[in-house]
Amino acid sequence: MNKSELIDALSKKENLTERQATDVVNLIFKGFTEELKNGGRIEIRGFGSFVVRDYGSYTGRNPKTGGTIQVAPKKLPFFKVGKELKERVNSKK
Amino acid sequence: MTLTKAEIVKNLHAQTGFSKERCTELVESVFELMKQELENGDDMLISGFGKWSVKGKNPRKGRNPQTGSELMLDGRRVVTFKCSRKLKESVNLDT
Repeated sequence: MNKSELIDALSKKENLTERQATDVVNLIFKGFTEELKNGGRIEIRGFGSFVVRDYGSYTGRNPKTGGTIQVAPKKLPFFKVGKELKERVNSKK
Repeated sequence: MTLTKAEIVKNLHAQTGFSKERCTELVESVFELMKQELENGDDMLISGFGKWSVKGKNPRKGRNPQTGSELMLDGRRVVTFKCSRKLKESVNLDT
């Protein structure tokens, strides 16, 4: 499912216009991005949580040429799955 | 600072014309739809943010760290998240 399908499903489920459903979905993910951009965390009970992890620089290799390259420090959002989602996903084999 | 469901509802209420109660329903609905999708084993892709996928893990041999005895760990399904290039760039803006 992609974002437009999510918007579609939301508008049907909640009797929203396409415009309204689009706004709701976009505002939620805009809020997510803003929070992570500011280095904050997100916690959605039953779904999961996000934290921004810091990665130091390290010496990596170009897998194609084998040459060494210095990889700059970076931050990456990390998602930890919530209990309910974890159990629901695992219950259907 | 942590963004929680309550905070999302508050922001949504301020930015749309919907009541707080309605915003709570809508936020719950969005996450429920996403959970259903993943529960069915399908990917959830939000362009500009990231993608959640369901991956199957094979059964493997493990050990009880307390007793050292070997045991078989069952295969399971797990949710993984890969952030989009755009989100990664936003998060790294100030560095």
